[in-house]
Amino acid sequence: MKKTYKIEVDCANCAAKMEDAANKVNGVKAASVNFMALKMKVEFEDGVESNEVMKNVLADCRKIEPDCEIFFE
Amino acid sequence: MNEKQKQNLIRIIITSIIMIALSFVEADGMFRFLLYIIPYFIIGHDILLKAAKGIKNRQPFDENLLMAIATIGALVLALYRSGDYVEAIAVMLFYQIGEWFQSYAVGKSRKDIADLMDIASDYANIEEEDGQLVEVDPDDVEIGSVIVVKPGERVPIDGIVMEGHSTLNTAALTGESLPREVEPGKEIISGSINLTGLLKVRTTKEFGESTASKILELIEDAGSRKSKSEEFITKFARVYTPIVVWAAIALAVVPSVVLTVMGSEPMWGEWLYRALTFLIISCPCALVISIPLSFFAGLGAASRHGILVKGSNYMETLSETKTVVFDKTGTLTKGTFSVVAIHPEKLDENQLLHLAAHVERYSSHPIALSLLEAYPNEKDDCLIENTEEIAGRGIKALINGDTVCVGNARMMEDLGINWKPCEHSGTIVHVAINGEYEGHIVVADTPKPHSRAAIKALKAQGIRETVMLTGDAKAVADVVAAELGLDQVRSDLLPQDKVSEVEKLLAGKRSEDEALAFVGDGINDAPVLSRADIGIAMGAMGSDAAIEAADVVLMDDDPFKIATAIRVSRKCLRIVKENIWFAIGIKVLVLVAGALGFASMWAAIFADVGVAVLAILNAMRCMYIKVQQPETVS
Repeated sequence: MKKTYKIEVDCANCAAKMEDAANKVNGVKAASVNFMALKMKVEFEDGVESNEVMKNVLADCRKIEPDCEIFFE
Repeated sequence: MNEKQKQNLIRIIITSIIMIALSFVEADGMFRFLLYIIPYFIIGHDILLKAAKGIKNRQPFDENLLMAIATIGALVLALYRSGDYVEAIAVMLFYQIGEWFQSYAVGKSRKDIADLMDIASDYANIEEEDGQLVEVDPDDVEIGSVIVVKPGERVPIDGIVMEGHSTLNTAALTGESLPREVEPGKEIISGSINLTGLLKVRTTKEFGESTASKILELIEDAGSRKSKSEEFITKFARVYTPIVVWAAIALAVVPSVVLTVMGSEPMWGEWLYRALTFLIISCPCALVISIPLSFFAGLGAASRHGILVKGSNYMETLSETKTVVFDKTGTLTKGTFSVVAIHPEKLDENQLLHLAAHVERYSSHPIALSLLEAYPNEKDDCLIENTEEIAGRGIKALINGDTVCVGNARMMEDLGINWKPCEHSGTIVHVAINGEYEGHIVVADTPKPHSRAAIKALKAQGIRETVMLTGDAKAVADVVAAELGLDQVRSDLLPQDKVSEVEKLLAGKRSEDEALAFVGDGINDAPVLSRADIGIAMGAMGSDAAIEAADVVLMDDDPFKIATAIRVSRKCLRIVKENIWFAIGIKVLVLVAGALGFASMWAAIFADVGVAVLAILNAMRCMYIKVQQPETVS
């Protein structure tokens, strides 16, 4: 399952770090952040609840970039 | 400007005013320090906070921490040495100005590019029973509904015209500026602008599946496929910052220790200052921001010309193209037959064509269609009877009482008629009246108007080899290839042979860094499109299979767009490389100068912010790449 989310982040370096962080979250098969389009594309592992996974993704992204935002739900 | 940018701008202005005011205040010692700490906190409090959070989350090496250490260090140095706090605050101030500019420039270019690609309509008109038009969300329009498109509006959903005549501007989709005529029965694609008349359209797709939505999705996804340059920068940024930080620590400690051991003055303050200067330059912002911005702008520029590049990586490969392999039919040639020569025996050319067209009236064979097209007013008062199709031979009919036979050489031989060969390549259609040979008409698949100019432009761009693959017979293929100026032809190929031909050409590449592009019309050549280093599908509007298989999609079927695509990709890559070398070059220069004590913190912050600003401005140039017109080439 693949989903695209709108995100809010200030700098390109931070966006790259968000991508790294998202890729390490359990349930995420692959994630990529497009800073210019402000979109995060996430491919989930089979059988996971995407919103649950995204909560963890957001939490981990906040650790590296406190004022970033991912719009899911 | 968004809320955050406004707030930051106000902070920058307030800090600047306080700094100017403070320069008139005479104060000493601790009181002076307390006065200056106020603007420092106004401009830097968020950075300090983020730096603290970074340490807490064990992500220490980010630019916030570096700026925090550098400015706090400078303040402490100033407290003990000179009392010159201006430098530390100025560094923070300029850093914030740089950040603000980046955020503003990126936001602006994001908006500019979004405007360029503003091809999706956010409403559709539906006619109610009482004749009133209501605007509805295009997502809610079901397949087969009838929508109304008023003059000046964008077509929201793909469909077929039911009522009305108009002209459409498809420039946003194809880059083609000539308006296109539409009438009932014609297909109409979303994203084009209705210019003149009211149209009623029956939708054939859902909004999300329509051309405009698909294109937007493709462009947005394009940025996710990262190029080698972008990956290089990400990797570079990952190692660069820690290296500079460790180098700064070494710079703060090692020289002083060495000096002490040698018995000289250690100059702790001086070396600490140099180390702090180091830290300020360590942020890789300019690179990290300008490279994706260049690609994004380049992809936007290409799409404005009707060229969809499906990722930054393909943009990069496209720029390395050295060999272009073309499919013939539908790519370099029109893919439809047309009359290229008429050679009558006794009649004049028009009469011969007239008779042949009559005989072909009821046929739907491509050759018949080409004859009918060449003689548009075929339905006159001539009497046509007993039309009879002879399979594999031709057609026979009675026209005004005369038996007219139109067909190939075998038909003539069957009738015992002496036919004459023709020096033209193509399909020869012989005509006989009442058993007497009257001459022949040559029909052939003709090259597209810009094919020759396209090959010429590619050659001028330094493409080493142009190759044409075709299933046609050698004689026909050679003529077309010579006419268009291609370097190589491979004829008599079955569809599956094309893959092996491309593989042979791939094996013959001179180095890994050069790319082979294959251009096809997306029909039957999906395997070849995916086998080549870069697959270009043309005229692919509405063909999902071709869009899926190709890396670059040309919205219309003009072969000149191939040259345009390569040109845009090369310009874009050149700007990317300029930025990489410029940014890294200046940083290394200032690092070295800083270590040797030639660069102050002022120089360092200017190097950091200035480079970022220049790199961003340079990246924006990608949006305005000029392209050649085919007319100027041929």
